[in-house]
Order: sequence, then C-alpha cells, then structure tokens
Amino acid sequence: MTYTLIFLAILMAAVVWWLVKQSINVKPWVADSAADAVRTDGVHGLGSYVPLPNIKLGLGVFLAVVTSLFALFVSAYTIRMEYADWRPLLEPNLLWVNTGILVLGSVFLQWAWNAAKRQDRAAIKRGIIGGGICTVAFIIGQLAAWNQLSAAGHFIQSNPANGFFYLITATHALHILGGLFALGKTISRLWQPSSESPEILLGVELCAVYWHYLLAIWLILFALMLNT
Amino acid sequence: MSDVAHDALDFAPPAEVEEMELYHPKTWIGKYVWSQDAKVIAIQYGITAILIGLVALVLSVIMRLQLGFPHTFDFIDPANYLQFVTMHGMIMVIYLLTALFLGGFGNYLIPLMVGARDMVFPYVNMISYWVYLLAVLVLVASIFVPGGSTGAGWTLYPPQAISPGTPGIDGGIILMLVSLVLFIIGFTMGGLNYIVTVLQARTRGMSLMRLPLTVWGIFMATVLALLAFPALFVSAIMMLLDRLVGTSFFMPAMVSLGEQTSYDGGSPLLFQHLFWFFGHPEVYIVALPAFGIVSDLLSTHARKAIFGYRMMVWAIVAIGALSFVVWAHHMYVSGMNPYFGFFFATTTLIIAVPTALKVYNWVLTLWRGNIRLNVPMLFAIGFIFTFINGGLTGLFLGNVTIDLPLSDTYFVVAHFHMVMAVSPILVVFGAIYHWYPKITGRMLNDTLGKIHFWITFLGTYAIYFPMHYLGFEGLPRRYFSYGDTEFMSASSQDLNAAITIAAIIVAFAQIFFLVNLFTSYFRGKLAGPNPWEATTLEWQTADTPPKHGNFGDELPVVYRWAYDYSVPNADLDYIPQNVSPSDLKKPTAGQQGEIEN
Repeated sequence: MTYTLIFLAILMAAVVWWLVKQSINVKPWVADSAADAVRTDGVHGLGSYVPLPNIKLGLGVFLAVVTSLFALFVSAYTIRMEYADWRPLLEPNLLWVNTGILVLGSVFLQWAWNAAKRQDRAAIKRGIIGGGICTVAFIIGQLAAWNQLSAAGHFIQSNPANGFFYLITATHALHILGGLFALGKTISRLWQPSSESPEILLGVELCAVYWHYLLAIWLILFALMLNT
Repeated sequence: MSDVAHDALDFAPPAEVEEMELYHPKTWIGKYVWSQDAKVIAIQYGITAILIGLVALVLSVIMRLQLGFPHTFDFIDPANYLQFVTMHGMIMVIYLLTALFLGGFGNYLIPLMVGARDMVFPYVNMISYWVYLLAVLVLVASIFVPGGSTGAGWTLYPPQAISPGTPGIDGGIILMLVSLVLFIIGFTMGGLNYIVTVLQARTRGMSLMRLPLTVWGIFMATVLALLAFPALFVSAIMMLLDRLVGTSFFMPAMVSLGEQTSYDGGSPLLFQHLFWFFGHPEVYIVALPAFGIVSDLLSTHARKAIFGYRMMVWAIVAIGALSFVVWAHHMYVSGMNPYFGFFFATTTLIIAVPTALKVYNWVLTLWRGNIRLNVPMLFAIGFIFTFINGGLTGLFLGNVTIDLPLSDTYFVVAHFHMVMAVSPILVVFGAIYHWYPKITGRMLNDTLGKIHFWITFLGTYAIYFPMHYLGFEGLPRRYFSYGDTEFMSASSQDLNAAITIAAIIVAFAQIFFLVNLFTSYFRGKLAGPNPWEATTLEWQTADTPPKHGNFGDELPVVYRWAYDYSVPNADLDYIPQNVSPSDLKKPTAGQQGEIEN
C-alpha cells in the first residue's frame, strides 16, 4: 500500500496546507461586513482575480479520484509481485508503438490548446482531430497487443501478471474512451459557428490536461510492467 | 466606532458569485422524476435509502429471531441466516447510511447552507441518483436469483466468498459486486458535485470558516469517500474476474469439495488490505457527516455557539487524514508482523484524540446552554451518550492484545453497532426531525417523536449492552446457532432471548416514526420559515419549502458565522448569518466592546 499512502500523504498535506491558509488568523465569531469576509476567502476574491471555472476544479477532483484508483492498482500489483508464483510479463513490442502514438496524441492536443489561446480556429481543428485519431489508434493498438498476447497463449487467467496487465490496460483504455466522449463534444462545438472562443478554449484546455494526465499514468504503468 | 465607519465597512461589493443558469423543467416528470434540482434529488435519495434500510431492518429482526429462539422458525436455515447477516450489514453501511448522509442530506443541505442556487453540475447530480437506484435494484435482484444473495458476510472475504459451500456463489455474489461497482460510479458523480459546490458556489461572505459544521462534515466525508471507494472498486472488479474468468488475484491454490481448483497462488490477504483500506475510512464517511450535523443540532437547540469551532473543523480534517492509516486494525488476527500491529494500534489510539476533542466540545456546548429539550435535541444528546459508549470499547479493540481474544465475538458486534450504527442513525433521526419542517413546511408530531426517541434510545442499549457480556464469554459472531458449547453459560441463551425481544420492540417503534413522517406531511402543524429560530441560511429562504433556485431573486449575503446564538445585547437570542451588523439595533457605546469581543 506504500504507493497509495504516498499519494494520499501528498494529497492530505495539500489539503492541510490549504486549510491552514484559510483558517489561520481568522476569527469566525466576529461578525463583519461582506467586503472583509469575501477578501479573506481567497476563492471569490476581489479585484482582478478571475474565478476558477467549476468544470476545471471538477476535472481536478476527478483526476484525484483517478489517481487514487490507479495508485491502488499499482499497490495491488506490487503486493502481488512478492508472491512466489509471480512470472514476469511478456511485453509485446507493440506497446512501445502504442506509447509513441499516445505521446503524439498528447502533443496534438497541446498544439490545439496553444492554438485556442491565439484563437486560431483552423489550427485548433487540426490539432484536436489529430489528437482524436491518435487516441483511436492507441486503443486499436492496445487491442492488437491483447490479441498478440492471447495468440501466444497468455490469457487473463494464465498467470497473475497477465491478469493485472489485462485489467490495468482495460481500465486505462476505458478512461481514455470517456475522454474521447468529451473530445467529441468539443469537436462538435468547434464546428458550430455560433460557439464562442472562451467556451472552446476551456473545452480544449480540459481535454489537453486530461490527455496529458492519462499519458503520465500510462507511462508510470508501462514502466512498472516493464520492470517486473 | 462611528456610524460612518460602520457603514463604510458594510459596503457590499458587486456580486462575485456568478448567477447560475438553472434548468427549468416544464413537465411534472421533469420536476419530480428526472429532476435536476438538488432538493428533489435529495428526497429521492432519502426515500430510496430509507426503503432499502427497512428491508435491512426486517432482516435483522429475522436474524434475532433465530438467535433468541433457535430451532423455532422453520423458514430460517443456516444458509438463509448467513444471507440475512450479509445483506443486513451491506445495506445498512453502504446503501442506507452512506447514501442517506451524502446523497440525501448532502444534496439537500449543501446548496442551501452555502447559499447556492443548486449543485454546480445538476445534470451529473441527477445521473448520480439514477445510478444509485440501479445499484439498489441490482442488489435487490440478487436476492431473487437462483441460489439467492451472497452469504459471505459484508466483508466478502475470499476465498470463501466465491467458493462452493457459501450461499449465493452463483448469481448472488456477482450481482453484489456489480451493485457495489455501480454504487461507486454513482457516488463519484455525486461526490464531485458536493466538493465543487462547497468550494466554488458559496455566496458572498460565506468564507470557509463561516460554513456550518454540517457542511464541513459532509465535505470531508466526501473527500474520504472519493479517495477510499476506489479501493472497494478495485477489489470488487478483481474479485469479479476471479469469479467469472478464473483469474487468481485473491484465490489461492486450494482443494474444494475434494477437488483441486484451477486457482493458483492468489492472495486473500491482498483483498483484506484493499477492503479495509476502503472499510475503515467508510466508518468515518458515515461518522463525519453525523459529527457535523450533531454539532449544529446541539448549538441550535442549546442556544449557544458551538464550543471551539475552529478546533471542530480541524478535528474533522485530522480524523479524515488519520482514517487512512488505521485500516489494518481490522486484521490483527491475520497473522501480521507484530511491529505492524503495534504501528496500527498506535495510529488507532491517536485518532481517538481528535474524536475525544469533539466529544468534549459537544458537552461544553451544552454546558450552561439554554437547552430546549425538543425531539432533535433528544436525539443529539442521545448520540453523545451512545457515541462515547461505542468509542470507549473501540479503544479496547484497538489494542492488539485485547483484540485477539475478543476478535469475531459479540463484543465486536456490540462495539461497531454502538459506534457506527446506532450513533449515526440517532443523528439521522435527529436531522430528519430538525429539517423536516423545512423540507415539507410542516412540523413532525412531538409526542410521537418523543415516544420514538425513548424506545429507540433505551431499546438499543437493551440490545447492545448485553452483547458486550456475550463477547466476554467468547460467543462467536455470525453463528447460526450455538447448541451445547462448554464455554457458554446457560444464561447466555436467556440473554440472547432478551436481546431479541428488545430488538423486536425497537424495530416496531420505528412505526411511530414512519406514521409520523406520513401523517405530518398532510396534517402536521404549519412550520413557518424558521421554527427552531436557527441562524443558518436554509432557514432564511423566501419560501418554505424552498422553491427551485432556493433563494428567490437575490442570493443572500453572509455577514457572520453560523453560531450567533444568545449574543449579549441582541434583541433575539439568535442572529441569522445574513443579518448585517448595521441591521442589528445599534448598541450604546458602553456595550460596543462586549459585542466585539
């Protein structure tokens, strides 16, 4: 459980730090004007402070849940590894190709995000379509890797490492498919002439962040499976 | 301080909280069935949770019938008994308490208490309820599949959960795991809403340190749930694969019914770690909202500010953080390294510190308060008693050396029922009596409420106190019947019969509650907007019950914390959160200092 605990410790430290900032030197029992109360608040601050869009924070919280999920998979994997019957995984070389494709997808989305900042709609479209194609290619590639493994006689129940491989890759792919749904919504918005740029910028930004995050998780999982 | 300066301070800046675009349903179905209004979703959650909870209540009575009067009832056989035990535990912990506190009270109270129009993602919130309902239906379906529901105990330990001989290994366990997975997916959608709404949608002036403790409790419980439920998710999926496709995540090589199974080398201990990594925070997922709600009930009905507000907030956060490092105290008998056990015993005792702080603060809130002994207050005070009792036995069980002989006896059953079944449910009742007037616009009947309280409160003691003695005698839990066992005294069976009678009385006393809920809806005394003279925002709404959008045309502005009760020199003994200092009667110069202190 070490990995999960490390993740949680970092998260809890962040929560505590945030709370200290919010609560230190605050006297909640003092009735005050709204102006003061708003100022000490930090989230709805005054002046030029731009409030964080709800959906952005929502994605952040969701990514914390996703991290918890994968940290637990990693923990279970490493605990299971200690047992005598553990056989290292046969990694199809195709996984390297898939990883490259996923990196490319992330690059495309970063490109789209940059284009969205300059409000260059044509470039956003190119970036986001490129990202979408790479992502679909990645999922097809993962399915092909499954095929190669099972063709070589490595089924999900053959040994524990295989079980984890199928389970973890499937969970990761499902998260990517969920992302594709959001990406599809952004794409359909891009093709509506009436939609406004801030809306599109936000959509593209969220997609890009999600893709980078899932790429990072994939890299960690892949490294774990390579080294064991 | 001159009046001019006062007015300058009272300057309220233009709204910083964006007005939210509400979805306006046009049909009856859109308003009450596929509703995106958090209040309607809350009621849907509440009714579903209470209905399935009643099923679990009936199951517990059947279990008690068997234990109190063995070999009397033909319709209970050993397999049935295990199924009843399992479903009772699972339903009560997850489908009733978790769903009711977070889905029910969370949905109703968070937007109203923080001064928001609705949850920030109403559509996702709606889906959350429907996925929860689906999870409940799958759970109920598992009772009716061939072989019946699973009888593995609510902990679902492998290998026994999916090995022949355990009831419900055909369809029951599969549907149980599917139902849990659905519940977690549904909860995650709701949980995202609760977190983001608390952080983002608070009205002007509602700083974090002005939030009512109810919101703090629900907020932190949601954080725990979002981080801990993935552990149950992972273990449920892995066990499903073990059961369905024959992987060996948890299943060791073993001989079953004389035949070698195809499983090889899985680790049952891995499941226990994953399960309790969820299971222990789950205790606090249920307890923290109860802590928060009971703080507000005590303060409101004792007409006194909660003692040590900031300490209470910090205690909630500390308990939340610590609850992730105590899980293995459920596994002392799993043969762990003694140093490991020592570590977990220590963390377990440490978590008692913030918990005890909270208890002291509740008692100190009552100290010299102007206590109004109405029904919500009775339940709140009853909670303090029960929680202390259950908490103290927890200190015993948290120590490895005392836990080993008491493990899997009725002492454990008594402990966890006191601390995480009766205590939270007392708060649930208190909270329903407290907020029912806001939800329906009518008061619940006081006499029925008091009858309900006294039978339930005293009755639960009659049930669980004797169980401690049964535990000392070494009576193991989850047994269908005991027969003639040497270590058991002859009177233990009499005690069991007495417990059963008490349990039946308590179960029937809930009829007073249900009748009250139902009849008061039509014939209860009209409540008015603020029957308890409370300070928090939900009591200051334009309409009672609040309409879609909660606050009429303008969101309230908050000037003070939620605990301005019995403020010296104020006209009334409470000042609502949205009353500005200049709206209060201006005190004379001599009294000014007192108020500001």
